Amino acid sequence: MGRFLARRLWEGGLTLAALVTLTFFVMRLAPGGPFSKNRKISPEVLANIQERFHLDEPVWQQFARYVWGLMHLDFGPSTRFRDYSVGDIIASGLPWSLTIGFWAILIAALVGVGLGMAGAMRRNGATDLVAGLVGVIGIAVPIFVIGPLFQVIFALRLNWLPVGGTDAGWRALILPVIVLALPNIAYISRLTRTSMIETLRENHVRTARAKGIGARRVLTGHVLTGALLPVIAYLGPATAAIITGSILIETVFALPGIGRHFVDAALNRDYPLVMGITLLYGALVILFNILTDLVRGWLDPRVRNG
Amino acid sequence: MADKHLSTTQLQFRRFAKNRLAMASVFVLLAIVLICFLGPYAFPFTGEDADFDHISAPAEFIWPHLFGTDDYGRDLLVRVLEGGQVSLAIGFLGALSAGVIGVLYGAIAGYAGGRTDGLMMRTVEILYGFPYVILVILLSLLFGGGTLALFAAIVFTLWLTPAVIVRAQAQSLARREFVEAARAGGMTPARIVVGHIVPNCVSVVIVYGSLLVPEVILSESFLSFLGIGIKEPQASWGNLIQAGTAAMDTDLRLLLLPGGFLVAVLLSLNFIADGLRDAFDPNDR
Repeated sequence: MGRFLARRLWEGGLTLAALVTLTFFVMRLAPGGPFSKNRKISPEVLANIQERFHLDEPVWQQFARYVWGLMHLDFGPSTRFRDYSVGDIIASGLPWSLTIGFWAILIAALVGVGLGMAGAMRRNGATDLVAGLVGVIGIAVPIFVIGPLFQVIFALRLNWLPVGGTDAGWRALILPVIVLALPNIAYISRLTRTSMIETLRENHVRTARAKGIGARRVLTGHVLTGALLPVIAYLGPATAAIITGSILIETVFALPGIGRHFVDAALNRDYPLVMGITLLYGALVILFNILTDLVRGWLDPRVRNG
Repeated sequence: MADKHLSTTQLQFRRFAKNRLAMASVFVLLAIVLICFLGPYAFPFTGEDADFDHISAPAEFIWPHLFGTDDYGRDLLVRVLEGGQVSLAIGFLGALSAGVIGVLYGAIAGYAGGRTDGLMMRTVEILYGFPYVILVILLSLLFGGGTLALFAAIVFTLWLTPAVIVRAQAQSLARREFVEAARAGGMTPARIVVGHIVPNCVSVVIVYGSLLVPEVILSESFLSFLGIGIKEPQASWGNLIQAGTAAMDTDLRLLLLPGGFLVAVLLSLNFIADGLRDAFDPNDR
């Protein structure tokens, strides 16, 4: 297990280092600097600005400075929001994104596993059909179509919930969380269903039944542990899916999370902010992939020795 | 017993044709493609022509503005069809390019084996570790925006999955006798990869490649929705949906028409992919 963890951490670190390098140079090579959009400014002012953001130094020196800053958790200043550092902006947006991400994953896991299990136990029953329908909708209807539709139905027509923004406190988060969870519910319920149908056919389950173990204990002790392995393996990719989704969700529902900051920063070429958020996303995805592998390795010896 | 002299391909085709949902999806998709590419010729204007006598006309199914016009007096239906051309073209060409790159990369890695394989697959693994959308956004920034940049960014991020799948297949093929025979007969590695490895991966590639198309279309509309991809005045389903959400409290049709087209295409592509998977490897289920 120790070697397994060490290898995963090493690979994760390598990926993160590649991400830092790639984003840094992509941002430097991208056409149009952060200040090229503004009104014409005199060469002296431009030189001053460039000096302030160290844009006058050779690229490798800027890179070294950036990496050095990262080691102190300093992401540098934002080029668009004067007086705010990238760290400040991330710190203000992250709680929103983490809250909706956390609840969306939790709901997706509970509802998805529930639907998938119910479907697998009574194939082609009513629940199975509903789960199948949810699965198809969740996979084929994009968040940026279903989100606005929900806003129209539940906020504008029925007036149950706020359309967006943050004024209504936690009630403002209900629609975003549901919409964000939907595609993941679809995916997890499909995954649970297939893997459970397979596990139910396995020999060790038949043996357990033949020994006279009760249905409930067979389910919790013998079927679930095996059937949920692929679902746990999906936890890593799910993090990436939630990040992708939260970018859209925060735009659709006007929430001040980091996903929305990321899009704004990309459109305004606020390079330090784009890089900071990219690194944060990358680190999160890598971290969750490692965690997923650890849990899988703990549950399944084939993974940790493979 | 007449089935006896059917080739594998014919059998697979027959299995696919029996799948009603998948066949219906093929027809729906074909219909949408035809409407998108031929439909605009039926109208006396293009999606970028403003009709100042009919600004924000509602959907009353009256010729020539069947689904009304937008705030600039541009015909909604024609704009949606023209947007569909962009989305569909990017979808199919993108999936094709990503597929070709991925297949060649995977086939070379799997056939070469050893160090080359290790290095090539390590690169793929590192790229896999990135959040995919972030990479697309970064790359489309790097390429400077516009349709071509968007296309390149999407292709660059989506060739990874076919590469991994084909590499596994190529690895097992590289040890087979007919490849050994080809090598003994003096075929160069390049010709073996193109002539023996790639053709034997085709069925796997078709199954997974068919899932690439909806993925590319989704990425394109996603980015255009955020304002990073295809920009006004050029229409795409993504930026039309975005425009639709801006007006949704008064006028839903601006959201529903492009959204409906997009959902119909994504649904049929998913059903087709399911059908292909069932037809090409029945053991999978």
